[in-house]
Amino acid sequence: MILVKVYVTLKDSVVDVQGEAVKDAIHSMNYKDVLDVRIGKYFEIKFDDRSNNLKSEIDSICDDLLANPNIESYRYEIVEAN
Amino acid sequence: MKFAVIVFPGSNCDMDLYYAIKDGIKEQVELVSYKETSLDGYDGILIPGGFSYGDYLRSGAIASHAPIIEEVKRFADLGKPILGICNGFQILTEIGLLPGTLINNRQNRFICEDVELIVKNEATTFTNKYKKNESITLPVAHGEGRYYCDNKTLQELKENNQIIFEYTSDINGSVGRIAGITNKKKNVLGMMPHPERAIELILGSKDGLKLFQSMIENMKIEVQS
Repeated sequence: MILVKVYVTLKDSVVDVQGEAVKDAIHSMNYKDVLDVRIGKYFEIKFDDRSNNLKSEIDSICDDLLANPNIESYRYEIVEAN
Repeated sequence: MKFAVIVFPGSNCDMDLYYAIKDGIKEQVELVSYKETSLDGYDGILIPGGFSYGDYLRSGAIASHAPIIEEVKRFADLGKPILGICNGFQILTEIGLLPGTLINNRQNRFICEDVELIVKNEATTFTNKYKKNESITLPVAHGEGRYYCDNKTLQELKENNQIIFEYTSDINGSVGRIAGITNKKKNVLGMMPHPERAIELILGSKDGLKLFQSMIENMKIEVQS
């Protein structure tokens, strides 16, 4: 089994209003050293070991569904498991 | 003239659209499940507002992979009219029939109010019962209604007269105060305000009626020619 961890985040050029709201909350907790907060999405996808085109499959899943290329970018880690 | 209202799990403005067609302009209309794979026999497609698939992942993202979508794309390629309202607009951007994306309102809260719009392009299938620069009032009800696109796309939208409705004030942070756009061929319209909730005065405004009347008139012309 292969575990893939995918992280989808808003591009830097897009204002993250949820992140700003959380940053304000953190500031109100008196952590004034926090400069920025951005919120993203995390996915764990399990593939079976037979996958030959793993990277192209992950790219396709991310491009077509998990991320919106207009506003979001993604990165992923491939973790081999038993 | 026969309309299809596509119903996704979570659509909640489907019946408003259904009654806008049935009682507002007195034409044929049917609810069509997202599981269907044919839109044969329909003259116009309406994609309602709501929260398809609970807005999981992103608004409209999961709906963009529903079985009916291939047929919606084919319908668009044929040049037939497609109107997406609110979540319908979000779905149309997700499937690539319209450029750009709808993201969280700038003020990060749900907005539910009547807003003033300007009809920027009256020369389309959807708007030619309106006058150019006519001011109309329609309700909005959205949390993710801020239209976003890059500068190049915005320039193209302007050059091709694809911007159909603009808010008169900056209600949600949309690029260029955009409230509704069409594709290049101008047979696909997406808009965040709800014309189907403004078809009789008891609802507060009937400014939405002319949008559906425009569609009907143009569809009849299309069939005759």
